[in-house]
Amino acid sequence: MLLRKSMRLTSADVTPKSVYLDRRKFLRGIGLASVAAVAGKSLFELVIPQQSVLAGTKLTTIKGPFSTDEKINSFNDVTHYNNFYEFGVDKDQPAKNAQKFVTSPWTVSVGGEVKNSRKFTMDEILKLAPLEERIYRHRCVEGWSIVVPWIGFSFSALAKLVEPTPKARYVAFESYYDPGQMPLGKYAGIQLPYVEGLRLDEAMHPLTLLCVGMYGETLPNQDGAPVRLVVPWKYGFKSAKSLVRIRFVKDQPPTTWNLANSHEYGFYSNVNPDVDHPRWSQARERRLPGLFKSHKTLMFNGYDQVASLYAGMDLRKNY
Amino acid sequence: MHKFLASSWTKACLFLLCLGPLAAIIWPFVGGHTIPNPLEFIQHATGDWTLRFLVFTLAVTPLRQLLRLPELIRFRRMLGLYAFFYACLHFTTYLWFDKLFDVREIWKDVYKRPFITVGFLAFTLLIPLAITSTAGWIRRLGGRRWRILHRAMYISAICGVIHYYWQVKSAVIRPLLYAALVGLLLAWRAADWLLRRRRTALANALPQRAPIDASR
Repeated sequence: MLLRKSMRLTSADVTPKSVYLDRRKFLRGIGLASVAAVAGKSLFELVIPQQSVLAGTKLTTIKGPFSTDEKINSFNDVTHYNNFYEFGVDKDQPAKNAQKFVTSPWTVSVGGEVKNSRKFTMDEILKLAPLEERIYRHRCVEGWSIVVPWIGFSFSALAKLVEPTPKARYVAFESYYDPGQMPLGKYAGIQLPYVEGLRLDEAMHPLTLLCVGMYGETLPNQDGAPVRLVVPWKYGFKSAKSLVRIRFVKDQPPTTWNLANSHEYGFYSNVNPDVDHPRWSQARERRLPGLFKSHKTLMFNGYDQVASLYAGMDLRKNY
Repeated sequence: MHKFLASSWTKACLFLLCLGPLAAIIWPFVGGHTIPNPLEFIQHATGDWTLRFLVFTLAVTPLRQLLRLPELIRFRRMLGLYAFFYACLHFTTYLWFDKLFDVREIWKDVYKRPFITVGFLAFTLLIPLAITSTAGWIRRLGGRRWRILHRAMYISAICGVIHYYWQVKSAVIRPLLYAALVGLLLAWRAADWLLRRRRTALANALPQRAPIDASR
């Protein structure tokens, strides 16, 4: 019973991130003082590899539309429970292994069936449109969910700049892959680089977020720095991380999990309580850090405004 | 070494050591660490330790013979019962936290999802083995029948590995490692059985062949 009690947290129990990091700085300070009288922070990081998250750069945001008022998960949950197979298949591995991931300089090339194919630097992306904070539900295909305050803007803002031609019907999103920086990638059991895709109308939907930050700061490495996609009505794996290439294409692009197991992971992968994963039911979800599957999963993860995109489609067949 | 293994202190220490994984599972909750998905953590840890103890149990017989340490038999029942103990915890997390004791939902799962079916089978096979693990039951059943019954352990271990293999999304390396271990331990038994059979066959054949050879 002790166990259950300790897990029943409210938002009041969430340690503010600044305090969380300050505590570490404080402990670091004590450790340092005992080891050497004068030592720089960088020296300390050389001696003791950081387990915490490197503090990101603060981002100025405006309140975006579509935010939920549900309780936001703690920063610690969202940064220490990640599926990022390039950095290891266990949920706690990305937090450790992505620390040294180099995300600057960074460019994203956008091309394919567009009038102006071009490369964007991170600076350009950050200034492309006003940054909005959007608090979205995030539902993983594995049956758990979290609530995250993302920062970014609708992907359509970027798409309009490159002007897709009438031939463009799908968009393919490719993640960065460097076996040197991601040595565990070869044990991931999936084809890398990671590729995801959306139909053009899905990609252009205002809910589809080109995401550059969360919790008021730039993205931590393990959460897909420096720029990722967030598609809140689809299972989490559709929201590719650390994007380097975006291509507008004629035909449905091959996607990583669909290639790995088409029977279990469809191209659409909309959150749907009525279509089971072959190995488990999707009717309920575990809202982390809860123990029980106490939340009912909602159609399109509760984002009903996308329903019209699938009018007349059999979502059992197009899972 | 023989004296060390025969000591009741050794057995008591091993008993406590086998509780270590349980302590490691409880510790983060008592120690105030935050685990984002506590249920998954408990479920994976108890599942892992069930498989490990199944492998330990299956390793006892080969090790006894390879290392010529017959005393190791003293620990086999305990290791097997620990496998059952962690399997019970594992099964309980599923029953309680995943399914909230909804029997209909559970049957649907067992019927519909092969990965649950084999896991369920692996667990249920261990129940009669745990019950008949006492000296009284060995006497009641008779050594031969008891040994045959307890070969269900092999099937349980195989099912456990398949359950793990089917559970993972893509990273099959660890389940394959368990598959290799269980495979090796079972292959050793098969080889041992074949060798023994040949040896007894040879032993039976030799006295007959000897006079023929002598006549040449």
